[in-house]
Amino acid sequence: MTLREGCAATRNTTGRALRAFCAPSLLDVSNALEFHDVSKRYGRTWALARLSFVLPEGGSLLLTGHNGSGKTTLLRLLATLFRPTTGRVLLFGKDAVTERETLRPRIALLGHSTFLYEDLSARENCVLLARLLGRPAGEADALLERLGLGARAHEAVRTFSAGMKKRLAIVRLLLKRPALALLDEPFGELDPAGIAEMEEHVRGLSRAGATVVLATHQVEHGQTLCTERLHLASGRAPPA
Amino acid sequence: MLKNVRIALAVLALGLLIWAGYLGLVWAPADREMGDVQRIMYVHVPAMEMALLAMTLNFLCCVTYLFRPSWSMDSLAEAFAEVGLFFGGFGLVLGSIWGKPTWGTYWTWDPRLTSMAIGLVSYAGYLTLRRLVDDAERRAVWSAVVGIIIAVDVPIIYYSVRWWRSLHQMQSSPATVDPAMVRALRWNFLAFFALFVVFVMARYAIALARRRQEVTPPPLVLERAS
Amino acid sequence: MTPPVAPGLLWTAWILVRKDLLLEWRSRARANALVFFSLSTLLLFSFALGPDTTFLKRAAGGTLWLAILLASVLALGESFRVEQENGALDGLRLAPADARALFLAKALANTALLVLVGAVLLPVLLALASVSPTLGLGRLAGVLVLGCLAISAPGTVYSAISSHARSRDVLLPLLLFPLLIPTVVAAAKATSLVFEGDPMLQFGSWLGLLAGFNVVYWSLGFALFPRVVED
Repeated sequence: MTLREGCAATRNTTGRALRAFCAPSLLDVSNALEFHDVSKRYGRTWALARLSFVLPEGGSLLLTGHNGSGKTTLLRLLATLFRPTTGRVLLFGKDAVTERETLRPRIALLGHSTFLYEDLSARENCVLLARLLGRPAGEADALLERLGLGARAHEAVRTFSAGMKKRLAIVRLLLKRPALALLDEPFGELDPAGIAEMEEHVRGLSRAGATVVLATHQVEHGQTLCTERLHLASGRAPPA
Repeated sequence: MLKNVRIALAVLALGLLIWAGYLGLVWAPADREMGDVQRIMYVHVPAMEMALLAMTLNFLCCVTYLFRPSWSMDSLAEAFAEVGLFFGGFGLVLGSIWGKPTWGTYWTWDPRLTSMAIGLVSYAGYLTLRRLVDDAERRAVWSAVVGIIIAVDVPIIYYSVRWWRSLHQMQSSPATVDPAMVRALRWNFLAFFALFVVFVMARYAIALARRRQEVTPPPLVLERAS
Repeated sequence: MTPPVAPGLLWTAWILVRKDLLLEWRSRARANALVFFSLSTLLLFSFALGPDTTFLKRAAGGTLWLAILLASVLALGESFRVEQENGALDGLRLAPADARALFLAKALANTALLVLVGAVLLPVLLALASVSPTLGLGRLAGVLVLGCLAISAPGTVYSAISSHARSRDVLLPLLLFPLLIPTVVAAAKATSLVFEGDPMLQFGSWLGLLAGFNVVYWSLGFALFPRVVED
């Protein structure tokens, strides 16, 4: 199934049509993500402008674009952290705004910010999440071990290097066993070993049936992992 | 069309103010005890009533906004807050001027004055908040939240004279007041209300225009990707 | 993939309160600084108001609550800084944690911190102003807790708002102080009555007023906080 890019139809002031509008099918209920004419404004700038696309369940999407092209905004919209200014976002067939409480347990975000409390230990940060999810603390411990953080689990996050914080963020992501995994620049600040590890995690997520959206400007790492690709420029998806 | 309505209302308000001013300052009889000083009541009371009205309407707009967001509701809330602050401040100063010869002091910490002063500072805070938030949607939601919280003070202001022993007099009813005074007061109320409407309409138009300027629609034209 | 059974609202709030209290314990240098700040405020007031001991006695209730109020601005401002630092608040929202549970947890944790400040200030005040709790420690504790609760609830809402706005250090007190004037008046009056005795049995009504403020502000905070943190 190919990715269908939506494009905005418009006539400019001289009456020339620039592109035909092709709407993604609203009847296709096995889509994990659907963006329908989504725009997001911050202050006075449009971070995303009239974006439409669709991603089927279990698919993996590589999101590329320069800094400021709207990748982070797109991911945060998918994470239901805020609502679109215009348009609709559908996740697993449900509206991302009205049904965010039911959707959030199935979504995990590895974002620019680590979501960590610096004064708490690695274990405390993870157990907090586990408790909020209704999971036993043992699951958090197991994941910490698996990612090689077991030895330093009781130390404050403040003392961790950026790479270790990233691994901790992965623990938090895997703890959720998400149906939708969103990764914002996961390869940043990682050494080659770390990058290989990260790629393996992403493959693991896909194998487990999760839908993955990966935003990076290090395209070389992402392309082997994802079946679809969306390139953003100034908040829009220009034609390929 | 709307502009003509506003001009007409402004002219009407001006006319009413002159008429009511005449009634209050010249025509109505002087108070038996306070003398001519009492005439300030004809401007102080309507000003405060407009302030309370504005605060109540701001509260209603804030609640409405949270249930059904719209820029007009947000702009209306802003207009009511600012106009209320103006009338409230004006009324407070007038009350102060009235207080000096009658109570012997410009200010006293009695429940009504205190709660009104709190109200005015609260709305000044509300307007400051609006100025310090750049994102239009967040500004609207957050000021709606703040507007609801500070509106808790409004019934306190109104009923303070009834609930606590206060230096400020209780609300009088027309039964106990000289009918000529009642008539002058009612005309002043009408005049101030007309002025209130004129101010709110103007301020609302400004707020809405600012929203429109901030909130441009999403771009239509697809630029060629560079 | 079966979704996990998430905890309910109150249990989530309980988990988060423990987190907040743990954070405050971990950064107890900050709590220490807060306590020392309020102690110095107390001293400042005592010195500024002059050496007249009878006046200080009468003003004891007021000075206590002024010191707590000033401390609250710092405490409340800090309570959301830790959430903003690494986007932790967003992490909690995503967990998911109900925003109302977030409110309850933050407001209760802030209350605890303010009660701690008050508890440290009281013996110092008793010594400085030569007052004693005539009506009993129980009543004094009651006023302290109710007053701190009434400060925390709206303070938490306003702190969440101002932490995302410009000039947040000015905005929080600007919004909070006028709102809290009736609360501080009631708390200060009730405290003074505890110190000086209550011949006209007014204590109950001031306490009732404090309780009333709590009911109003906690309900409003509970209902409105989600609108503040969720878009």
